[in-house]
Amino acid sequence: MVSYAFRKFKNRLFFVLCLACVIIAVVPLLSTLLEVLVRGAPQLSVQFITQPAGVIGESEGGIGPAIQGTLILIGLTSIIGIPLGIMSGIYLAEYGDNRYAALMRRVNDVLAEFPSIVVGITVFTVVVLSLGHFSPLAGAIALSFILIPIVARTTEESLKLVPNSIREASLALGVHKWRTTMSVVLPTARAGVVTGTLLAVARIAGETAPLIMTILGNQNFFQGFGQPMDALPLRIWRDALQPYPSLQAQGWGAALILILIILSLNIGVRIVSRGRLGR
Amino acid sequence: MNLKLSVDNLFMFLAALLAASAAVILIVTGFTLFNGSLPVLQRFGFDFLIGTKWNPVEGREIFGALPYVLGTLVTSCIALLIGVPLSLGIAIFLVEMAPKSIRVPISYLVELLAAFPSVIYGLWGLFVLRFWVRDYIETPLSIYLGWFPAFSGTPFGLDVLTAGIILAIMIIPTVSSVSREVVQAVPDSIREGAYSIGATKWEVIRHWILSYGRSGLFGAVVLGLGRAIGETMAVTMVIGNTIGPAAIPTSLFKPSQTMSSLIANGFLEATPGTLELSAYMGVALILLLLSLFINVVAQVMVTRVLKVKGGAVE
Repeated sequence: MVSYAFRKFKNRLFFVLCLACVIIAVVPLLSTLLEVLVRGAPQLSVQFITQPAGVIGESEGGIGPAIQGTLILIGLTSIIGIPLGIMSGIYLAEYGDNRYAALMRRVNDVLAEFPSIVVGITVFTVVVLSLGHFSPLAGAIALSFILIPIVARTTEESLKLVPNSIREASLALGVHKWRTTMSVVLPTARAGVVTGTLLAVARIAGETAPLIMTILGNQNFFQGFGQPMDALPLRIWRDALQPYPSLQAQGWGAALILILIILSLNIGVRIVSRGRLGR
Repeated sequence: MNLKLSVDNLFMFLAALLAASAAVILIVTGFTLFNGSLPVLQRFGFDFLIGTKWNPVEGREIFGALPYVLGTLVTSCIALLIGVPLSLGIAIFLVEMAPKSIRVPISYLVELLAAFPSVIYGLWGLFVLRFWVRDYIETPLSIYLGWFPAFSGTPFGLDVLTAGIILAIMIIPTVSSVSREVVQAVPDSIREGAYSIGATKWEVIRHWILSYGRSGLFGAVVLGLGRAIGETMAVTMVIGNTIGPAAIPTSLFKPSQTMSSLIANGFLEATPGTLELSAYMGVALILLLLSLFINVVAQVMVTRVLKVKGGAVE
């Protein structure tokens, strides 16, 4: 029989180990944040966020086109992906009690875990090759492939939290089911849907791999839908691998801007969903 | 079912149609990759999977995906070896040990870990983690255990080990949040029963909770494996990117290549219509099949456990 003291000791040891796990996991997070802040902040200036990249060694330049590109991508992707995702979610939650929906739910879950680079290759073949040029649109399509399953899932989960009595009350007044869904159920669940959607947008804002073969990258500002475009994640990747310290520093600056965009979406969402939109 | 032409039915059909978008994407992806990799599969057949050479020069083309498959598997296994114990520790700490006041901030921090994009971890890995790994892990290992094949070679920092570590960091949020749900789904009556016969917290966790949630935790691990296999940018930036037989990960301190980093680095250099592009498609097809298999397994395991035992979690 093992002594009680030894068992207590093991228990203590285990507690310390678990605490250590938490600390070890938080170190990379804090270190990444700190490095991005320390190395990125000196880069920030009006010129840095508005100017295109300059000539190496001559002028400093900036990452204006990358910021613009990322904002365009976020916008286009939202236009394509959010309606599709929300409608999928509505079907799965409101009409989802059948085999077809069960299958679609599973497919959706699988797609949500897809390697993003594979999506990039698909869109390259289907969109870029058939159009004959790299395009912001191709990038947005690739990103919406990633966005749709996430939005569908969070929409479904939020709609399922709406109590049935609310649906029944609306239906009892003679309101059609589609009207009930769109004007009663969806607004009731809006906190969850908005939160989930914004988090999904934050996720795709930092996606890099599928952009490599869809928007390619560009030194200049947006030049139309038939031309390559730049984006922050691409710029970070390319700058980081350059042998010039000034470009590497620009990469850190771009990383800071990207993190600011993503964190403001993340934190903003939490504040908003607790406040006015919250139930 | 009564299918009258009404707005209600139209709405339902529209929603049903759009709900298929995920399936359409999946089918298009599968078809595109299969179609695109046909030339290389026809030319090299099974040798594409077990070959190690990669030469895109016209007339002398030869493509083998084995080094990159191994690179993916080895880095992902390192990620699991490091990431899973950490994630389990975090999950157990959050559910069973942490006081309420610190539970929320810690789980928020762990979630934040998932919010950072891959390319930013890559940047951090390239300029910070790389030197930590080289100076504090690899150099001591190579001095004291250099005779061991896995620790042979000169520590450089841009290699298999660093890639595995960065992957471990990136799978922690997934694995820990799923295992947290699994641990939470263990009914309290189990805990109460165990405590009432005098078990310590460690014994309760080890003998009851871990065995009760076994298959769910296994699902969480497999889900983490799926994440690690598909991860691209961070790995691309720290793995050193070698090509051909040199990319076979024989030592932790050797630069290598994963399937996804190979594609990220080389895809744009291939001309459409050539065998080289087809070879990249073939690698992507292998990656896709591997990831599909892993994720289906994981999902079946996780949903089964949470449905049967959790009830409320679903």
